[in-house]
Amino acid sequence: MSINLELTDKKAPISDEIRISTRDLSLYYGDFQALRNITLDILENAITAIIGPSGCGKSTFLRLFNRMNDLITGVRVEGSVELDGVNIYDKDIDVVELRKRVGMVFQKPNPFPMSVFENVAFGPKRHGRKNRMELEDIVEKSLKQAALWDEVEDKLGQSALALSGGQQQRLCIARVLAVEPEVILMDEPCSALDPIATLRIEDLMRSLAENYTIVIVTHNMQQAARASDMSAFFMMEDDRAGILVEYGPTEKLFTNPEDKRTEDYITGRFG
Amino acid sequence: MKTSISPRQISQRMAFTLLIAATAIVVIPVIVIIVQIVVNGAGAITWEFLSQSPMQAGKAGGIFPAIVGTFYLMLGTIIVALPLGILAGIYLSEYARDNWLTRTVNLAIVNLAGVPSIVYGLFGLGVFVLMFHFGMSLLAASLTLACQALAMTVTTSREAILTVPREYREGSLAVGATRWQTIWNVVLPQARPGIITGAVLAMSRAAGETAPILVVGAAFFLPGLPQSPLDQFMALPYHLYTVAAHVPGISKTTIWGVALVLLVVVLSFNVLATIIRLRARKRRYST
Repeated sequence: MSINLELTDKKAPISDEIRISTRDLSLYYGDFQALRNITLDILENAITAIIGPSGCGKSTFLRLFNRMNDLITGVRVEGSVELDGVNIYDKDIDVVELRKRVGMVFQKPNPFPMSVFENVAFGPKRHGRKNRMELEDIVEKSLKQAALWDEVEDKLGQSALALSGGQQQRLCIARVLAVEPEVILMDEPCSALDPIATLRIEDLMRSLAENYTIVIVTHNMQQAARASDMSAFFMMEDDRAGILVEYGPTEKLFTNPEDKRTEDYITGRFG
Repeated sequence: MKTSISPRQISQRMAFTLLIAATAIVVIPVIVIIVQIVVNGAGAITWEFLSQSPMQAGKAGGIFPAIVGTFYLMLGTIIVALPLGILAGIYLSEYARDNWLTRTVNLAIVNLAGVPSIVYGLFGLGVFVLMFHFGMSLLAASLTLACQALAMTVTTSREAILTVPREYREGSLAVGATRWQTIWNVVLPQARPGIITGAVLAMSRAAGETAPILVVGAAFFLPGLPQSPLDQFMALPYHLYTVAAHVPGISKTTIWGVALVLLVVVLSFNVLATIIRLRARKRRYST
């Protein structure tokens, strides 16, 4: 399929620098093929939404970018994923260093059962930052970036589990920001949140997109249409392997899709 | 509405009655044992009984060295069995691949719990007492009981580590923590209550064992407390066995008294384990 990078004038123009590119990417769980020949370029400082029906491999695809699938036994990857031109599936890649550069926010808010402060300082501490003053600066900066500082400024020492779901998710975003990544992966970050908390996360994503490359998996079509610059539509083939059907600017994909299957899905005619 | 009882309700009542009866039958012996020991043994419990050495083969004096010996034994057992148990638990839950070797190891650990305790005793006699020349000693006995306790510390550590939700591990790895940093900073703190519960139960079991220590270092009477790990020691269960079986003319109250002290030591550790578990559960759900 062709990748249409034509930009509509309704959204602010985005960079055409390629940050991540996948080439003929396939993934297998044992004998089962979960993803088939996916070739796609993620643009720098853009929000890229990955949409599609349940089970089409969206999350699996996202988890390729920080090699989170490595944790699952029996996973085999073919093809390449390049981050700034380097294949992250090469043998000599340091996965820990990769995950520092490519952070991830999960479906269910997963703050650690520690204080708000310790949650945000967790990453920097693991990377050897021990100076208390320095950590305080990092925590404040990250919480401000995640639009959470005003709400937790006076409860940094309290348990993160006492926060609301939406606050917990923004805390998890702050935890990722604290290690200064370049790319942020979000795996259905709002699926456990109410509509107001969801809108706050979307606002946050927009402001973060100025400095970060964001890839988000979402079930929510309005969310993809509202919050993303680029959209990729995935679906399953007959053998349940996920394929990329169409990829392009969100505006175009939602108003004038090229593929009949995309149109059927976004207009709700999908079986 | 009819007031007569339908056959369905009758069978329901019969089932309930049966279940209650079965539960009662399980509980009654426990209550009877505890009541009997408390009623018969309470009379023996005096400050002298708890703080003095035995005299006249246990007929007079107290059981202080046996109490101390039992605590030493519990301590010695757990010092060996807990670190090994945690390390093996981490390996088995976090690192070991699912292959025939791991499955064999897991099977071996489960079977470790099923080995009769006297067999551990003979193993300890052969290996620690004779081969390593530790002699009949607190050290040999602790190591022997530690081997037995490993089944429990490894299993409970592994289970406690496995119950830590995957989300926490992923959250940690996703900010670039290494696997070991994830285990040390996120997984172990959350698994701690489960690990400690297993350790405390292992200690309470070590306190109650008689057969293994019989052959690796327990003595019926010693003039003083053990001064080093290589000394012999007295222990409550062995003392109880000896006064009950081999000291003619001893007062029944004294025997029950020893049993009561042993029971209190073992039960208090079990209660402690329960409290730790309940507190951890409460903390997990009250956010």
